[in-house]
Amino acid sequence: MSRQTWATTVAGIILSVASVSSHAQGSAAEGIARYREMLQDGNPAELTVARGEELWKTKRGPKNVSLEQCDLGLGAGVVKGAYAQMPRYFADADQVMDFESRVVWCMVNLQGMDRAAITKSPYSGTGQRQTDVEALAAFAVEMSRGMPVSIPQSHPKEKASFDRGRQAFYMRGGPFDFSCATCHGVNSQRIRLQDLPNISGNKQDADRAFTTWPAYRVSQGALRTMQWRLYDCFRQQRFPELIFLSPTSVDLITFLGVNANGAKMDAPAIKR
Amino acid sequence: MKNKAILGFAGLAVLAGCATYVAPTKEESMQAVKSSFKERGPAKLDRLNQTEIQAVCSDAQMMGKEVPKAEREALEKKTLATIKYPADGKYLGDFKSGEKIAQTGRGLQWSDKEGSENGGNCYACHQISPQEISFGNIGPSLKGYGKLRGYNEATLKYTWGKIWNTHAYNLCSQMPRYGDAGILTEAQIKDVMALLLDPNSPVNK
Repeated sequence: MSRQTWATTVAGIILSVASVSSHAQGSAAEGIARYREMLQDGNPAELTVARGEELWKTKRGPKNVSLEQCDLGLGAGVVKGAYAQMPRYFADADQVMDFESRVVWCMVNLQGMDRAAITKSPYSGTGQRQTDVEALAAFAVEMSRGMPVSIPQSHPKEKASFDRGRQAFYMRGGPFDFSCATCHGVNSQRIRLQDLPNISGNKQDADRAFTTWPAYRVSQGALRTMQWRLYDCFRQQRFPELIFLSPTSVDLITFLGVNANGAKMDAPAIKR
Repeated sequence: MKNKAILGFAGLAVLAGCATYVAPTKEESMQAVKSSFKERGPAKLDRLNQTEIQAVCSDAQMMGKEVPKAEREALEKKTLATIKYPADGKYLGDFKSGEKIAQTGRGLQWSDKEGSENGGNCYACHQISPQEISFGNIGPSLKGYGKLRGYNEATLKYTWGKIWNTHAYNLCSQMPRYGDAGILTEAQIKDVMALLLDPNSPVNK
């Protein structure tokens, strides 16, 4: 099914769910739950995963090499299980990197590509093809499906990343005084009818938040990565624009990942 | 020889430093945050400079502690003194317009146009008019607000203050400062007030 057909089908499901709901909020919530369940039947992210695998294996860039020599932390070329153990410290770059930071590092350092060109428009726009980094993230996370999250905390820079991430999570700022914790620090909270995971205080919620990204976002007809998830949260938080692969983006992913340690990866997921 | 010994000691000190991890200070964490954002549209970098209350409440929540009573009361009192009440003494505008403001979540995001009118997004967190079933639960239900509290001067004044700057009454409340932070205009706040406190508003039916 094409992306458009898919979106139309889903829109149809939403409408039919809305029409059966009564005025009681309970049945509206049930309708949404049913809609989410129906989404699980097929995930268009599979197409992006396939493209990501091809990108990984194809010789590209000025140096005309594939990414198969890229070390994601488990040795050069090992993709299986690597995503579930990132962010981690990489000695060659002397920093903690999430998957997206690392794959960009490999594209620049192994393939000779231009970092500024890769990071200029990191997220695909409406109706556009997924970016290479999005496709590679989809492929990598698929290769960790079912594997336990195991974000290392042995190197001092990994610990520091977690601690800075924790500070950033609780940092209230901007004209709305919001922090991540405003919406994600209490159990069973909702914005309108959207359930909000309690990422800092509920293990089950923290697990889901980390293990279900990247995800195919039906409402946008596109696969979105963890970097995008944070970037768009900060937009709604009324903060300035989060810079792609910035220290705080990686620190927050470390914080989220460590809180989800032990949970099983289940991405790319499909979301509303 | 002596210099080499000193270098040797320095090397040991570095190794020892690795063994005993020192967490980054709040200042170091905030420096990382400040290097991680860029301004866009109405969202400038000064939004990352925390107010005193933002800083105090962030730290308290992170540590899972309450702000000490004396400090809390002093900050609430200081905030209460900054509330601006309507110049013409009239608290209530048009409840129909108030409903629209409560429904709209637009404004102040980097994707919003600079200088455009903001919404209050009240339904994101509160139940308000009974016919709207898509409401959040971060804040308390406001259904029947005026009917339950009475349409008296004290309620009007308190509610105005609460919308203008919630921190005057509950220091670490998660509600935005609609007046103080310039999110809504005085006229818009009057309309939202009417939604809550006009006896003819659907909220009080």
